[in-house]
Amino acid sequence: MTVLSVRNVYKSFSSTSLLGSNADKKRAVIDSSFALASGETLAIVGESGSGKSTLARLAMRLLRSDAGEVFWQGEEVSQLSTRVLRSRRHHIQMVFQDPFASLNPRMKIWESVGEGLRVHHRALSHAQRRERVAETLFLCGLDDSGMDRYPHQFSGGQRQRIGIARALIVEPKVLVLDEPVSALDVSVQAQILNLLNQLQKERGLSYLFISHDLSVVRHIADRVAVMFAGRIIETASAEALFRGCRHPYTQALLDARPIIHPNERLNAQPASTVDEGVALSGCPFQLRCAHVEPDCAHYQCLLNQDNVACLHPLATRRPQGYDE
Amino acid sequence: MLELTELSLSVCIDSQWVEAVAAVSLSLEPGRVLGLVGESGCGKSMTAQAILRLGEYQGVIKTHGDIALDGQSLFEISDEALRRMRGGRVAMIFQEPMTALNPVFSVGSQLIEVIRLHLQLNKKQARERAIMLLHDVGMQQPEQLIKQYPNALSGGMRQRVLIAMAMAADPDYIIADEPTTALDVSVQKRIIALLLNLQKRRKLGLLLVTHDFGLVAEMCDDVAVMYAGQIVESGPVKAIFDAPAHPYTRALMGCRPEVSEAGELMPVITGQVPPPGRWPEGCHFAPRCSLADAACKRPVLSDAWSQGEHRARCLHVLDAVL
Repeated sequence: MTVLSVRNVYKSFSSTSLLGSNADKKRAVIDSSFALASGETLAIVGESGSGKSTLARLAMRLLRSDAGEVFWQGEEVSQLSTRVLRSRRHHIQMVFQDPFASLNPRMKIWESVGEGLRVHHRALSHAQRRERVAETLFLCGLDDSGMDRYPHQFSGGQRQRIGIARALIVEPKVLVLDEPVSALDVSVQAQILNLLNQLQKERGLSYLFISHDLSVVRHIADRVAVMFAGRIIETASAEALFRGCRHPYTQALLDARPIIHPNERLNAQPASTVDEGVALSGCPFQLRCAHVEPDCAHYQCLLNQDNVACLHPLATRRPQGYDE
Repeated sequence: MLELTELSLSVCIDSQWVEAVAAVSLSLEPGRVLGLVGESGCGKSMTAQAILRLGEYQGVIKTHGDIALDGQSLFEISDEALRRMRGGRVAMIFQEPMTALNPVFSVGSQLIEVIRLHLQLNKKQARERAIMLLHDVGMQQPEQLIKQYPNALSGGMRQRVLIAMAMAADPDYIIADEPTTALDVSVQKRIIALLLNLQKRRKLGLLLVTHDFGLVAEMCDDVAVMYAGQIVESGPVKAIFDAPAHPYTRALMGCRPEVSEAGELMPVITGQVPPPGRWPEGCHFAPRCSLADAACKRPVLSDAWSQGEHRARCLHVLDAVL
C-alpha cells in the first residue's frame, strides 16, 4: 500500500533583491514523482541545491507546490485547508538534520516531545501526556530521567533521539528524515541508524530518507531516487544501484564515497575539476559529465522506461532479466 | 619541525579548572600529513588551536608542556613574532566555510588584506598575487571572482577561497580543522585532491584534524588517534589501517558506514566520551572497553604497546589480536 506519493510536482522560488521585486525565479523541483510503500525506506539522494529537501517539504506540505499532486494514504492533500491538513498531519512527521537547532532551548524535553499530543490528542491529561512521553523516549533509547531537563544538557546523539521521539509520539505512518545523521560523529551515526532500522521493524514505519551520503543510504534504504538540479534522474532498488548504476551522476556520487584503506588511494585526479554548474538547457549534468555527447545539449531530461534520465546511460552490470 | 611536547591544556568549567588535553606529544615535519583523529569532545580541535595560541582567547590555558617551531618555543616569542607566525609560517583552515569569511567584504579585499599583512607588496602586486592564489586553488576567472562577496559563492568555492587565504603568505605548515566536513561528498573529493596537490608541490606540513577515517585513509602519512584528551594510538597510516591496535581505534573504524554490511546491525561504541573533569582513573577508555580489567585502573603509558613507530596506550593489544 502506498502511504505517501507525489505526482509531477513543481516548485520555484523567486528571490527578491533589497531594492524591490526583482523576480529572479529559481526552479527548485521540476516534474518530480515518487511513491513510498508501507514499511519501505526510500532515500532521496543528491548534492546541496539539488532540490531534495524542497521535495521532502512539498511531500510534507510544509511548502505548497506550484503544480502537481501530493497524496497521504491515498488522499490528495495539496489543496486542503490548513485546518483540515492539521487533522491529517499525525500521519506524517519530520526529523530534522540539526539536533541543536531543531529543539526549542527554553522548553523542557518532555514539553518539546509532548507538544504534538496537545494538537492531536487534546483529551489527554497532564499525567497521561507525561506517561506517553516517557514511553516514547524509552522506545528511542532514553530513560525518563531527562524529561525535565533542557536540550543543552544532552549530546548530539541524544538530541537526535529526542527529535525522533518528538516525531514518533503522534504515531505517524511515515517519517521524513532530512539528513538525520550528517551532523553526528560516526560512532553516534551508527547508533541512530540502528535505532531507525529497529523502529521500522517494530512499528512498520515508512521512511523518506534525505541524504547526500550514499554510504549511509546503503544501510537504510530499500529504494533510492537520485536528484540533480531539481529533477529525479535515476531510481532503482538500493541493491541494484550499489551493484551498478546507470546515470553518470549517480556514478560520480558513488565514486565520491570515502575509501576504506589507504591502499585504495588513487594517484589520478578526479575526472572533472568542475565543482558545480548546471546546464540551463538540455541535460542539466552535461557540464560535468565524463560521457557527454553533442546530442545531450538537446536532451529533454525525463526518466525513461529503465528509470534513468540519460541519453547515454552507463552499461548495466545488472544480471540479464533482473527484475527491478 | 613543529613539535608539541607533553602539552596539557585546561579549561574553566563551572568555576573549576579542569584538564581538557593531557600531555599530548605530536611532531609534524614539512612535506608530511599528520591526521589527528577523534570524536567530538576529545580535545583535538583544542590541541590544534593551541598551536596558533588561539585557545587563549577562549579561556584555554596551558598548564604543562611546550609547542616549538624549529626549536623555538611559541610561548616565549614576542607578540609581534607571534603575529608574523600566525598565517605567515603556520596557517589555519577552519571547518565552516560559511562563517569563516566576512560577508561584508569582497573576496579580493579579504585575500589582499592577508597578503599585505605578511608580504611587503603594494596594492597592485597584492591584487596580482590574490588572482594567482585563486587560480592555484582551481578557481575559474579569478579576475571576476575577487570582486564578488562570499554570499555569491557555494560552499566548495568558499572553502577554496579559505585555502587560498591560508596559502597567501607561503606558510610552511597548515592546520586544517575538518576542512571538508561541511561540504557535499563529491566536492569533498575535489577539495582533498586540491589540498594534497598543494601540500606535495610546496612541501607543506599539514595537520589534518578530523573525525573521519575515510579522510585519513585518503590524505595522511601519519595518524594520531585522540580519546578524552589523550593520544591513544599513533603511527604510520598503513600500519594503523592494517592492524589498528587500540580498542578505541578499532571500534571507531568499525562504525564507518562504508565497512559494515548493509542490512546488518552496525557496530557501535556504547556510552559516551567522558567530558573533561569526568575522566576515569587510569585508561580513559576502560569504562567502554570490553577488554578492560583491574590493571586498566592504573595510568597507562602512551607506549604501553609498540611496534616500531606504531604505539598504543593499551595493556591488552595482544589479547585482542589473538
